[in-house]
Amino acid sequence: MTRKMLPYLNPYVAGVLLGVVLTGSFLVFGHGLGASGGVATLTGTAQAALMPEHASRSSYLVGLVLSHEHPLDNWAVFEILGVALGGLVSGLISGRLRVETFRGPNLSVRARLGFALLGGAIAGFGVRLARGCTSSQALSGGAVLSAGSWAFMFAVFGGAYLFAWFVRKLWT
Amino acid sequence: MFPLPLERLGHVGVNILYVVTGFFFGFMLEQAGFGNSRNLASQFYLRDMRVLKVMFTAIITAMLLLFALEVAGLIRPGTLYINPTHLWPGILGGFIFGVGFVIGGYCPGTSLVSAATLKLDGIFFVLGMVLGMLVFGETLPLFQAFFDASGAMGELTLPQVFGVSKGVVVVLVVALALGMFAAAEAVESYFRKKEGG
Repeated sequence: MTRKMLPYLNPYVAGVLLGVVLTGSFLVFGHGLGASGGVATLTGTAQAALMPEHASRSSYLVGLVLSHEHPLDNWAVFEILGVALGGLVSGLISGRLRVETFRGPNLSVRARLGFALLGGAIAGFGVRLARGCTSSQALSGGAVLSAGSWAFMFAVFGGAYLFAWFVRKLWT
Repeated sequence: MFPLPLERLGHVGVNILYVVTGFFFGFMLEQAGFGNSRNLASQFYLRDMRVLKVMFTAIITAMLLLFALEVAGLIRPGTLYINPTHLWPGILGGFIFGVGFVIGGYCPGTSLVSAATLKLDGIFFVLGMVLGMLVFGETLPLFQAFFDASGAMGELTLPQVFGVSKGVVVVLVVALALGMFAAAEAVESYFRKKEGG
């Protein structure tokens, strides 16, 4: 962890390598990559465990979980476990594994964490409504030319660019 | 022929393959600089177009490889999963997600990588995401019909929408990506000069 921080990979090189991983996923499993589905499954599993009474009713997340015989036996859960491990190893060998908070130059740590929580909540709602995220819709659906995935992708950039001006104090 | 016949691997074997796939995915996201919310947010202030470059390079790489293998007859026709189109929930959800992205600085995959490398803002984003998903699950009955049926067109691809062959769309997507890369480089160099960085 005292290792010198290495520079990030050239974005085009990273893109090609990420594209190869994405292609590999399609060739091995017949589908692309995912991130939000695993988080949703874990969330639903926790909700079902903590609120069994409530879970017997038809909450969407719990319904999602119960559609599998064993709630955690879902590919998306295994995939995000791998994502976290891969990120951890990459950060470790690149000298970027350390406790810190990334934030704009004019924002306190406390405020940044509050906005991260808020942004995460808004994003979490949005990706469930859209049935996928940057990975499962934009990258995966984009590569196989799904019309809905391309519409989603432009909507994401549209929402972010339109709203960026209002929250510029967070980042600049 | 692809996709591979995974039945032979057994349950545990397949799950291990998913962990391995996720590993490479997370590794590449971190190497690309996406464990850092500042790199991601910069996209929306036009100072660093890394998000667009990585995303579209990955998309056209996979699109070209899959298209070539399909033309070569190495992929069983109709076996690759194509996200069904739910147009309006997809667009509204995408828009809401975009707003959350620029406020929170991450998307789901990148927040996991950020949290795994001990970034506190990444950890808080993941916690927020869990909350947002719970709220979605609890409120879904209020807009169930919209979610299920609005703009629901099943498996719909761009070649079908535009009534042209897949090859034509592949060429157009590559052209679009190259155009955006050129624009991204121009915008970055404009701000570098202007701000003397």
